[in-house]
Amino acid sequence: MIDTLFGPDDARHEDLVDEPIVVAYFIAALSFLFISMLAGMLMALQLVHWNPLQGFELLSAGRWRMVHTNAIAYGFLADAFLGALHWAIPRLTLRQVLDRRLSWFIFGAWQFVVLSTAIGIVAGPTLQAVSRSLEALPFSFGAQGLEWGETPTWIDPLALVGLLLVGINFMAPISRAKGPLYVASWYFMAAFVWTFLTYAMGNFLPEYWLTGTSAGAVGGLFIHDLVGLFVTPLGWGLMYYFVPIMLRRPIWSHGLSLVGFWGLAFFYPLNGIHHFLYTPIPMFLQRGAIIATIAVEMVVMTVIVNFFGTIWGSGRQLITNLPIRWFYTGMVFYAITCAQCAMQVTLTFQAVIHFSDWVVGHAHLVMFGVFSMWLLGIMTYLFPRLWRTQWYSRELCEWHFWLSAVGLLVMAVDLTLAGLFQGYFWASLQPWDVSIDGSMPFWTLRVFAGLTMMAGQVCFVYNLYRTWQASRLGPAPVQAEPATPVPQASGS
Amino acid sequence: MFESKSGVVLVAGLGFFIFAFLSNALVPALMYRDLEEQTVQQIAETNSNLLYQFEDLSYRYPEQFAKHYGEPSTEALAEALTLGRRTYVNEGCWHCHSQFVRPVSREEDRWGPVSRTEEYQNELQRPVMFGTRRVGPDLSREGGRHGNDWHAVHFFQPTLVSTDSPMPNYPWFFDGAPDKPNRRGLAMIVYVQWLGSWLESYPYYEDYEPIERPLSEAQAGASEDES
Repeated sequence: MIDTLFGPDDARHEDLVDEPIVVAYFIAALSFLFISMLAGMLMALQLVHWNPLQGFELLSAGRWRMVHTNAIAYGFLADAFLGALHWAIPRLTLRQVLDRRLSWFIFGAWQFVVLSTAIGIVAGPTLQAVSRSLEALPFSFGAQGLEWGETPTWIDPLALVGLLLVGINFMAPISRAKGPLYVASWYFMAAFVWTFLTYAMGNFLPEYWLTGTSAGAVGGLFIHDLVGLFVTPLGWGLMYYFVPIMLRRPIWSHGLSLVGFWGLAFFYPLNGIHHFLYTPIPMFLQRGAIIATIAVEMVVMTVIVNFFGTIWGSGRQLITNLPIRWFYTGMVFYAITCAQCAMQVTLTFQAVIHFSDWVVGHAHLVMFGVFSMWLLGIMTYLFPRLWRTQWYSRELCEWHFWLSAVGLLVMAVDLTLAGLFQGYFWASLQPWDVSIDGSMPFWTLRVFAGLTMMAGQVCFVYNLYRTWQASRLGPAPVQAEPATPVPQASGS
Repeated sequence: MFESKSGVVLVAGLGFFIFAFLSNALVPALMYRDLEEQTVQQIAETNSNLLYQFEDLSYRYPEQFAKHYGEPSTEALAEALTLGRRTYVNEGCWHCHSQFVRPVSREEDRWGPVSRTEEYQNELQRPVMFGTRRVGPDLSREGGRHGNDWHAVHFFQPTLVSTDSPMPNYPWFFDGAPDKPNRRGLAMIVYVQWLGSWLESYPYYEDYEPIERPLSEAQAGASEDES
């Protein structure tokens, strides 16, 4: 029975999971996390007139601002997701990925993509200005003019091939698995299809085929789908995998899982245009996007309820079980973000907060408060299992959590408030400088909130280094458990 | 369907994505398919406000201009506009400056006419530069509001003309001094002067007359005026 449902019952962890690649992805992810945080810090310092590197072309705050978002999306998030998937998918399906050599090829290619994106954004324009013949080339060496699609045009095709290979490599074990598919697999499968399509749509259409307002509509779809159809499904898929395993109990309601997945799949892609409200994009499309967005927030709440139903009765795990605390803190932030989203998407809110730091606060709440929290929680869970040793210091793990959570919370509240002030300064037609001067206290606090978050990550990396050192010396107190199926309610 | 592989991949993965693409991307594309897209060369040939600014640059920075663009021709203007837009994108200007005026929050009073679709129907809005954040002001009505000298100094070191500005300095747009903008510097000024220059409400109403005299003569004339 087990055999037909879950695959060969003698599938051993060592055969399933390519542990070195999980470690490699996590280390790469953390490297990009630091690059991204330093880049963000440079921009934060620029805004408060404290930038010590002013005037150097290759350290331009404007260019590094783009490295900040790209290194987080394609460096930290993508690498950490891929690492976690290399653990989760083989153990979930009890089957290996298509080919381990392909996995390593993808790993190398993806690091090349992300690094050359960063180098292209930072050094591309400088290089292209060297000679008139380089300038005359029909494409830019530097950033592309689309948020989160800044990846220079010459890297786009390679990135797209990489995403296709990722899909093929992971779809193999999922497609070979027999029996009913577990929720996590739905999210993973859909994410592989969506990420590829989204990347292709956003990086090619507005650059080559569409212009003006229509390009804006596609740009909005792209920005939104990247969060909603790449980051969100992978994040939730991993939560559906790790939470029941750690709590040793099935997800509360299978019905709500169905509502959550299909609701997200239908409504999320319809939201794109809400990024460009009050633009010349036709008003009926803007209103459609607003309604679809509010629908998404309702769907999201069913997922939140489902996960809190799952942990109901074992709240103590939030104190004792560190990864669970990371996950559920992220979910609380997710609920806040989504409630905020349903309000800020309305035309009433947009009139004030559009273009302001409110949006920047919202972005940090989602990207760091939710998805980075989940991935850091997964790393906190997996590193001891990958290296067969306990964390060097539980206390440093606590510091990592609290500095990250408090820093993020301060930053989000601070920027949200800043956004409200900016919006009203602008609408009251005071001189532009008033909005700049009024933002200074908020921007200053933001620098320190950012430093707090960075300090948390430094604790983590130091802890990681000492743990790695210990793992090379001692025997193996912690073994990876055999790959067990995710607990599921009987009869589902 | 709801829990099967084909259902997830085909219906949720492909189907819903395509449905959203058709309704949210294809609809506006079809609605505007009859709006002609202007090329950069067409802009350079038809926008007299812009040509005026371009020639003005050739007077103010004659040596730099001659070195980097030669004569103020429409071909050179198209080149400068293209490079200016590329630089605007590469330097991430669009992460702190928007390019659209909304019909709310009294933006019409601050910036000028509300943005219309036709304004974005040209090669320089590929991808469109709506922008997402206003640390600095909206730029879609910026053309002609400040002179070229102001822009040169402002790019060199914004705080010189705008005391509290958090905008970074761009010394690499210059050969060492604010009165020596290089190829990228001149291109950036042209690009910013282009923004909004297509509007009736463009602040400089001067009638544009093309220069009949060759550039060297015009320069001689200019220096005579000074003395």
